[in-house]
Amino acid sequence: MGQISLKQITKSFGDVQVIPPLDLEIKDGEFVVFVGPSGCGKSTLLRLIAGLEDVTSGVIDIDGADATALPPAKRRLAMVFQSYALYPHMSVRKNIAFPLRMAKMDKAEQDRRVTAAASVLNLTDYLDRRPGQLSGGQRQRVAIGRAIVREPAAFLFDEPLSNLDAALRVNMRLEISELHQNLKTTMIYVTHDQVEAMTMADKIVVLQSGVIEQVGSPLELYHTPRNKFVAGFIGSPKMNFMTGAEAAKHDAATIGIRPEHITTSTTDGLWKGVVGVSEHLGSDTFLHVTLEGASEPITVRVDGELPVHHGDTVFLTPDESKIHRFDANDLRIA
Amino acid sequence: MATQHSRSAARLMMAPAVILLLGWMLVPLTMTLYFSFKKYLPLRGGDLGWVGFDNYVRFVTSSAFWPSIYATLIIVGGVLVITVTLGVLLALLLDRPMWGQGIVRILVIAPFFVMPTVSALVWKNMFMDPINGLFAHLWKFFGAEPVQWMSQASLPSIIMIVSWQWLPFATLILLTAIQSLDGEQLEASEMDGAPPLKRFWFIILPHMSRAITVVILIQTIFLLAVFAEIFVTTGGAFGTKTLSYLIFQRVLESQNIGLGSAGGVYAIILANIIAIFLMRIVGKNLDN
Ligand SMILES: Nc1ncnc2c1ncn2[C@@H]1O[C@H](COP(=O)(O)OP(=O)(O)O)[C@@H](O)[C@H]1O
Ligand SMILES: [Mg+2]
Repeated sequence: MGQISLKQITKSFGDVQVIPPLDLEIKDGEFVVFVGPSGCGKSTLLRLIAGLEDVTSGVIDIDGADATALPPAKRRLAMVFQSYALYPHMSVRKNIAFPLRMAKMDKAEQDRRVTAAASVLNLTDYLDRRPGQLSGGQRQRVAIGRAIVREPAAFLFDEPLSNLDAALRVNMRLEISELHQNLKTTMIYVTHDQVEAMTMADKIVVLQSGVIEQVGSPLELYHTPRNKFVAGFIGSPKMNFMTGAEAAKHDAATIGIRPEHITTSTTDGLWKGVVGVSEHLGSDTFLHVTLEGASEPITVRVDGELPVHHGDTVFLTPDESKIHRFDANDLRIA
Repeated sequence: MATQHSRSAARLMMAPAVILLLGWMLVPLTMTLYFSFKKYLPLRGGDLGWVGFDNYVRFVTSSAFWPSIYATLIIVGGVLVITVTLGVLLALLLDRPMWGQGIVRILVIAPFFVMPTVSALVWKNMFMDPINGLFAHLWKFFGAEPVQWMSQASLPSIIMIVSWQWLPFATLILLTAIQSLDGEQLEASEMDGAPPLKRFWFIILPHMSRAITVVILIQTIFLLAVFAEIFVTTGGAFGTKTLSYLIFQRVLESQNIGLGSAGGVYAIILANIIAIFLMRIVGKNLDN
């Protein structure tokens, strides 16, 4: 079981309120991702759930029981830290067994669980090494191993992949998703990278300055962002925003259109502009096009083979049905 | 890049320093060795010629030799145990955020700046004096017979004085070690269900092991040569005659340079045995 609910929790450091009153329901077995720009309070929220920080007010329920005043060890949650926080003087085996040893589990059962975790995480050959002798990805796996042997009610991850190189990050992303499929345990995952959020989450919680901007599945957020912040944060490359006359045509203060919802042509179209930088990814190319009379370039996705170059004139046509409209308060107009 | 040329230039420029250092070490060592094979009594005839290993034999067979080794080891061991234990505890305490931290830290370090002679005299006269000392008053207040510290508890007294002087050093080094511990490790162990004592035992103490090693090594070197504290308190009486004090007596009180030099050579050997022994035990902590 791993059902967590936060009721009107707040957190202040001195006079600064980092988390204003916040409500959130996390269902058993869900993969929830907290995503938001750096400094928005994701780690703080996670540490509140873990019990490493005390809430200033509000209630945290875990599996229906009030856990607000419980110390971290009693909450049956396991955490994987950004720095991995492995114990440098213990072997991998001892690191993974540490929580079991603290729980005074019998030796045979400890060994059984450590061996099982090591084989799931491909660590069998490294059990007798020290963390200092492992690569970044292996250390990450040890940290995960130390979390899974406890069979916790939920896993908490704080930006676990941010210290890995790009290729490894993609791999570990898959492995963590795979782990979730197998264990079916609640996981709360913090990241500032919306790609991680989109690819891994059942449910994404978008945060800005401690406030939940929107909660929903990745596709809900992609298709119906509640406001301009979420629209701009989810999706890569970012959504293009336009104000003024173009927006007025759609009865909105701002309109947004994603780079993948614009067709590009060299002959005719709705908007005319000049190509600036092009980013070639092979499968796709992202063009930065400056429209006539506009200062900010807009990004469009085109086929990788389209023969356009810096300085060429192109015509862009947005897909009308995919235009997002926002009012003067940046809220979505349905 | 170090070319052939720049390397020999570097060697040339380093030479004066190396030669100076070598001379600094080798001249006294050679002189000690030289005198240890001579009968040399400055006030009773001066240089009386070579005597082979006579001085060495006389030094170890004198009734004062083994007691002096014993006193040395007890003092070094006692001070090490006290300073390391209290140092760890004090460092843990000072690491906590508290009111007036800056001042408390300075106060803790202060004893280190007091000269050994001065602090030993202060302890002897102000605390341990059996009639006027603070301890005597304390004992009397509780209706107990004041302790004659310098005679009845001579070794513990000296251990106490020397520990007081070296505690700041240990605390300071251990405090910096604690402060370099990654907070996430402690949080991780807290989540792993380790209560405070186990966090100390499994996380903090192993993290400090290297610093403890350094404290033990450095202190041992200095403690083997403790002298002023004994000189101004017991004057070597009541079983507090350490090896270095014995050598001092042989050279200056008995005016026997040859015998003292032989003792000096024994002291060098003892220091090296202890150093090798310590390196063995703790060396693996310094490896990685
Ligand atoms: N212990 C603390 N004391 C004071 N301010 C803190 C503390 N921890 C975090 N903060 C502040 O809270 C805000 C949110 O921090 P954090 O949760 O770490 O952000 P994120 O993980 O989203 O990058 C930041 O402005 C940070 O400065
Ligand atoms: Mg963070």
